[in-house]
Amino acid sequence: MARQVFRGGVHPPEHKEATSASAIQWAPVPARLVLPMSQHLGAPCVPTVAVGDRVARGQVIGSVDAMVSAPIHSPVAGTVTGISDTLTTGGARVAAVTIEPDAEQDLQGYVTVTADDERGRVRAAGIVGLGGATFPSVVKLTPPKDMHIEVVILNGCECEPFLTCDHRLMVEQPERVVAGARHIGRLVGAKRIVIAVESNKPDAVEALRAEAGSDVEVQVLPTRYPQGAEKQLIYALLGAEVPHGKLPAATGALVHNVATAAAIADALEYGKPLTERIVTVTGEVARPGNYRVVLGTLVSELIEIAGGFSGPVERVIAGGPMTGQALASLDVPVTKGTSGIVALAPGVAAPAISGDQPCIRCGRCTVGCPMGLEPYAIANYANRRMWDSAAARRPIDCIECGVCSYVCPTRRPLLQLIRLAKAAALAKGVS
Amino acid sequence: MDDAVERRVVGPAPHIAAPTTCTHIMLWVVAALAPSALWAVVTMGWVAAQLLLICIGVALATEYLWNAIARRPQTLTDGSALVTGLLLAMSLPPRTPWWVAAAAAFVAIGLAKQLFGGLGHNLFNPALVGRAFVAVSWAGVFAAAPSRGWFQTLPEVTAEGFDAISGATRLAVAAADRAASGAYGFDLAAQYQPLLLRNLEGSLGEVSAALLIAGGLLLIVRGIIDWRIPAGYIGTMALVSWAFGADALFHILAGGVMLGAFFMATDYVSSPMSKTGRIVYGVGCGLFNAVGRFVGAMPESTTFAILFMNGLAPLIDRMTRPRTFGWVKRDA
Repeated sequence: MARQVFRGGVHPPEHKEATSASAIQWAPVPARLVLPMSQHLGAPCVPTVAVGDRVARGQVIGSVDAMVSAPIHSPVAGTVTGISDTLTTGGARVAAVTIEPDAEQDLQGYVTVTADDERGRVRAAGIVGLGGATFPSVVKLTPPKDMHIEVVILNGCECEPFLTCDHRLMVEQPERVVAGARHIGRLVGAKRIVIAVESNKPDAVEALRAEAGSDVEVQVLPTRYPQGAEKQLIYALLGAEVPHGKLPAATGALVHNVATAAAIADALEYGKPLTERIVTVTGEVARPGNYRVVLGTLVSELIEIAGGFSGPVERVIAGGPMTGQALASLDVPVTKGTSGIVALAPGVAAPAISGDQPCIRCGRCTVGCPMGLEPYAIANYANRRMWDSAAARRPIDCIECGVCSYVCPTRRPLLQLIRLAKAAALAKGVS
Repeated sequence: MDDAVERRVVGPAPHIAAPTTCTHIMLWVVAALAPSALWAVVTMGWVAAQLLLICIGVALATEYLWNAIARRPQTLTDGSALVTGLLLAMSLPPRTPWWVAAAAAFVAIGLAKQLFGGLGHNLFNPALVGRAFVAVSWAGVFAAAPSRGWFQTLPEVTAEGFDAISGATRLAVAAADRAASGAYGFDLAAQYQPLLLRNLEGSLGEVSAALLIAGGLLLIVRGIIDWRIPAGYIGTMALVSWAFGADALFHILAGGVMLGAFFMATDYVSSPMSKTGRIVYGVGCGLFNAVGRFVGAMPESTTFAILFMNGLAPLIDRMTRPRTFGWVKRDA
């Protein structure tokens, strides 16, 4: 039974109008690309090229033999100029291959991926969850034997404010999204395929419906954050709750992002590896838009491509403002999970946390928590280092959507405190 | 662009915040009460203005001095002391002596709030603690006609006008009549209109139930307070009044019910946080208020009903925890 509405949540100002109508355009290839060997959840890759090597567009430059990983391909024809550490958008230091692109680039061509079977091609194409989670897609296409996938859900909610990359993909290339949905449905043997879109994207719904036959349903969900969170999405569509500690597949559902589905279709039909992605560059930039960006482009270059900052900027976010990362340095590369670069003006950005703010027990965090947690209680215990008491309030179930911190009138860093409690609980073996 | 880079900050997600801050919330409460307070000043006169100034002034001064002496950061800008002072004044009769009002404000902020650790840490509603303190300590000063209850200082304004008659409130008269003869000596239905629009008996906040209801609805619509508390409170009050064979409408309009249900019981700090908990709490407030009126010796039992439920709020929170998504039972 479709419930349509999950518990809690918020509706922050969408801020999508600056880019929701701007067509996807190629960002120029910069003079240097930095490709981290870890752009996914799972085992980092090892460089398979050496300094001075010539590489072709689509050639593997990093891989590792592990179940949960994804190879890295060169997005351009060029020369390897360095192998060293780089800072990532997440603030980690990881090994990276630096490539100097040739002056002439054919972005339509690429070295195609080869593998014995379809899952192998998805793996070889390096496809990961493009919504931001970056979990290797092939793993999700290979559910455990005892689990049967009834429904494939494509997540086109894009509930994060500011971001419109999925929106534009659905409007401009609905056929790739629908093709990907069918491939995924076929690979996992699902009976039903649903593409879920929030009500604030009627043009995407229309475009998808024009492509979807009788086999693919396009469902419109209310615009409410975090509608695109996996558990909340499954609940809204199927009325089923993913049980604590279980995979979403326990509900018979498999969720993939719409851009991931399109990438899977490209890999299966054209043998195309994942070498670029759509990035919404928006906020305080001169030319906000949706750019098709070769991976490894530095954020600083991408901001220049978008015309540079157009006013004072307090925070620059990789991803959306609710779950993304504030960048300390702009000289970090766009990777597979970078859905947006959002420059937040002072006043739009949340004020920096100052001191210890009191909880006034207004209940907004409790009412807003889509997981039914009591964020204030977990945070209070975490603040006092009472980790066992904190763990008893189930921080492990937190999906880190950030609603609690967002709504808090005294601006307590609730999510951050919950993260501490979660880490402490996991360290103690709480499951 | 260099300027922009220099100003840049990093911090944990989320990177945007809802516009509503603590100060906004407090100012909305002030705005919702302002029409009632102004109407009280217009109808009751200078005494009401004096009371408002004393309560708010002493509340602010107490908090300021406390923080200064304790070397804590100043907190006046959060707006909570202003709300406490205002609520306290609204809960007092206009002719409360200035030193009684000042003592109430001092106790409200100093004892009920700051001593417990300041905003967010008080178990009981500070304004109600202040009121309860002076009501118990100076019952004689509070009540012009002590034999008929403790809340009866008020100038009776009748068709004859202000004639310095210190009469009992309608509620106290009704209670006394019930106790004496089991019947009312006056027509309750005739009281609806004055209670709604222009009532000069009782506290400042009782001047117009209609203005309080309007203010309360404003707070509900703005998402400042949860409808569950006033609905549970007023609904229960009406139901119990009806069960006792009393006039339900009279009993929800008279006395401190409206001020209590919309503005006192909904104080965040001293009320439960879960939706279910708020219904339980609202019902409890209504129940004890009604019991005080119909069974106990307190026709004006709002203060103690809410204070009692304040004490139960942590327990209610504990017993009405939301079910965690993905768990079949809370302790499964």
